Amino acid sequence: MAVVLEARNLNKSFGAVTAASNINASIEQDSVVGLIGSNGAGKTTFINMVTGYLTPTSGQIVYEGRDITGLQPREVTRLGISRSFQIPQLFNTLSVHDNLLVGVGIAARSVKTAAGASGNEHTQVEQLIERFNLAGYRTQTAGLLPEGVRKLLDIAMAVAARPRLLLLDEPTSGVSADEKFRLMDMVMSALKTEGVTVLFVEHDMDIVSRYTHRILAFYEGRIIADGDPGTVLADAEVRRYVIGEQLHKEASSAAH
Amino acid sequence: MKLPGTPLLLVVALAVLLAIGLILPQWALSFVSVALYLGIVVLGMALMMRTGLVSFGQGLYYCLGAYAAGTLDHFFKLSDLLLMVVAGALVSGVVAVILGFLLSKYRDIFFAMLSLAFSMILYGLLVKSSELGSTDGFGLSVKTFAGIAISAGAVRYTIYAFSAVLATLFAIGMHRYFNSHLGRLAGAIRDNELRVEYMGASVRRVIHLNYVISAVLAGVGGALMAGAIGHVDPETTANWTTSGEFVFIAILAGTGSVAAPFLGAGIFEAVRTFALQYFPNTWQMTLGITMLLVIMFLPGGLWSAFGLRRRGA
Amino acid sequence: MGQLPAVIVDGILYASWMFVIAVGLTLIYGVMKILNVAHGSLYALGAYTASTAAGYWLSHGHAPMGSYVILLLAALVVGLIAGPLIERGLLRFMYGRDEIVLVLVTYALFLILEDFTKLLFGVDPILVAEPYGLLGNLQMGRLIYPVYSFVLVGAAILVGVALALVLNRTRQGKILRAVIHDREMSTAVGINVSRVYLVTFTIGAMLAALGGALTAPTTSVQPGIGAEVIVLAFAIVVVGGLGSLGGAAVGALLVGLVRSAAVHYQPEVELFSVYVVMALVLIVRPKGLFAAPEVRKI
Repeated sequence: MAVVLEARNLNKSFGAVTAASNINASIEQDSVVGLIGSNGAGKTTFINMVTGYLTPTSGQIVYEGRDITGLQPREVTRLGISRSFQIPQLFNTLSVHDNLLVGVGIAARSVKTAAGASGNEHTQVEQLIERFNLAGYRTQTAGLLPEGVRKLLDIAMAVAARPRLLLLDEPTSGVSADEKFRLMDMVMSALKTEGVTVLFVEHDMDIVSRYTHRILAFYEGRIIADGDPGTVLADAEVRRYVIGEQLHKEASSAAH
Repeated sequence: MKLPGTPLLLVVALAVLLAIGLILPQWALSFVSVALYLGIVVLGMALMMRTGLVSFGQGLYYCLGAYAAGTLDHFFKLSDLLLMVVAGALVSGVVAVILGFLLSKYRDIFFAMLSLAFSMILYGLLVKSSELGSTDGFGLSVKTFAGIAISAGAVRYTIYAFSAVLATLFAIGMHRYFNSHLGRLAGAIRDNELRVEYMGASVRRVIHLNYVISAVLAGVGGALMAGAIGHVDPETTANWTTSGEFVFIAILAGTGSVAAPFLGAGIFEAVRTFALQYFPNTWQMTLGITMLLVIMFLPGGLWSAFGLRRRGA
Repeated sequence: MGQLPAVIVDGILYASWMFVIAVGLTLIYGVMKILNVAHGSLYALGAYTASTAAGYWLSHGHAPMGSYVILLLAALVVGLIAGPLIERGLLRFMYGRDEIVLVLVTYALFLILEDFTKLLFGVDPILVAEPYGLLGNLQMGRLIYPVYSFVLVGAAILVGVALALVLNRTRQGKILRAVIHDREMSTAVGINVSRVYLVTFTIGAMLAALGGALTAPTTSVQPGIGAEVIVLAFAIVVVGGLGSLGGAAVGALLVGLVRSAAVHYQPEVELFSVYVVMALVLIVRPKGLFAAPEVRKI
């Protein structure tokens, strides 16, 4: 399997705070990778570095064989990497339709992707609206949408950029428990047709084990486990620092 | 921006203006001319406001346009209106391209203050420049248009008509711009720059472009003003109080319609003329109170009072 | 370089009275995130009230030294009346709106107050110079300065030190700094932000009026002085970093010295030298010299 993204010895510190320490990872084409870890463990920092929002203190990021370390976010997007945000980043005074129209318009003029644009911009917008079930909200102002729909739109915008590598930052956070699977099903099936490599940050272990081929577990800026879901979720350190099963076991045995 | 058939309406308005201009008294021609050239400046400001930026120094380009026009006549004996307007546009455009590299890096208060600073630098330069008349400025007159001589009695109508044509052209152009991808991008930038960058577009480039467009419009407005008034000076062009007036009209007009800047300018000029005549010591107060009322109750500008599409300032 | 001592002294003098005005402006911005254009009008009101009151006091044969107290009282009165009136009567309805909208509101207020001042005090210039000359002159080498000018310097230093002490050593000061830092959080921990706003704006208004009152004896008070002052105050506050009191001091010194140098060496550039400095500082330091660091958004 071809390697689409490689992180080599990535480090990021803000003064005395180390947000990322010696991150090494190889992501294969077409895989679906989960990034897990408690808050502040470095998952979003990783995404921010890959997408150019943050420049690593040291280390390299290689995408499709090309060094993209330190490039601006717009340059990274133009090369085929796109992301969604923990807090949806939308154009709040524009309608859902216009949000996507702007996104598609930008992508049409700047993204150099292999996948050619199918049809004109308006057709593309319609396709996105359909794929992400946004038809009922088409003319509504983005700022007034329910949180789950804002999340969907945020992801749809990321997809509008026609990425070959998509990074989703907590796609189901803020979405009600019974909606989470539906949202992920929708997103994953929308992407399966595209041939896109997906990385997503997630706190819900059920979701992670259901959709991923591989998991990277973060803790205090380091990757403490990297492998298939079964192995990683059973890993002692992951249980201790991320999932917490060990603590529950210890607590219940102490109570006896 | 969804007035049905806006370009058509604007062309009709132009035809009406040109026709009645032939029978309007001189003072009315002057009045409408003011509304037109001020409106052109404010149209440019509306574009910037749509992009999320308020300039407190638009007077810089208004002044450059006016003085460019004035210089042609006063120093080079070239009294051609078309040439003056082209000169105004060019000078403003070139300066804006240069300054735009710097200013496109700033937002909010800092953009406002920096643009203010540059206009005050020009103001200071002109006040201390005796060759350019210092605080008195100098006079100019319009004698030809595109090489064709204009009789003294027809000068006012010529300026009026040319202003109307330019205003219509710019309004239609802006309307189409607002409905294009780049125009939509302006509003997106105002809403969420980060997302625009993350989608793959350069925010700075769009801001720079819109900055230059607004500057060119201000330069054209300044040149037309110079021709109409026949006089240029630093106080009524580059001083921050003049820039403040443009901001005031822009707020009054809102960003929702391309015709609004002209109507807003007309109302402003009407109130100012009336107030200066009858209560010269409280017209600033009137302006201030009006502005507060518009900000408080009609945040989309006067246009929103007509129930048409609202856009926050 | 025989002019250098004069340049420096003049620069410091100029910086002093600008500091008193600028520090109020930056304080209001720091706490309320409002760039108060009407600060210039408050300065003017302070100057007019002070001159009128002092003139009245002196013309009725009262003790000349008392005129200084009158100046201070005038500033206090203007601040205590105008401050709460403006904050409670207008500004508090606008909180939560865009920063730029608030600037426009204060600009509208500035326009209103310009004419209001004309209505109240007339359009003729007022000059009450007695307090200026009362304390005699001081000779420094070849330079002669009125002692009063150094009173201005003293006042500026006093204001600066007092503000620094209050902000850093008192509980009220801590509360103020909390609000400067994070308005929402402050409300969440129970700080009466509304009252903090009122107090801050009133103090700012008093400082603006004080600047006007202290400057009044040195100049002819007439319509338009507010407009002249406000753009300079902006330049200082932006150069120093919005919301930074130390920045206001440094900014005032920088602007004062630059302007003084311009006046002495190259008078043609006097008017715009300040704006060139502002532009240069912003180019090197986009948020001013001592601006607060930015918080990460995503």
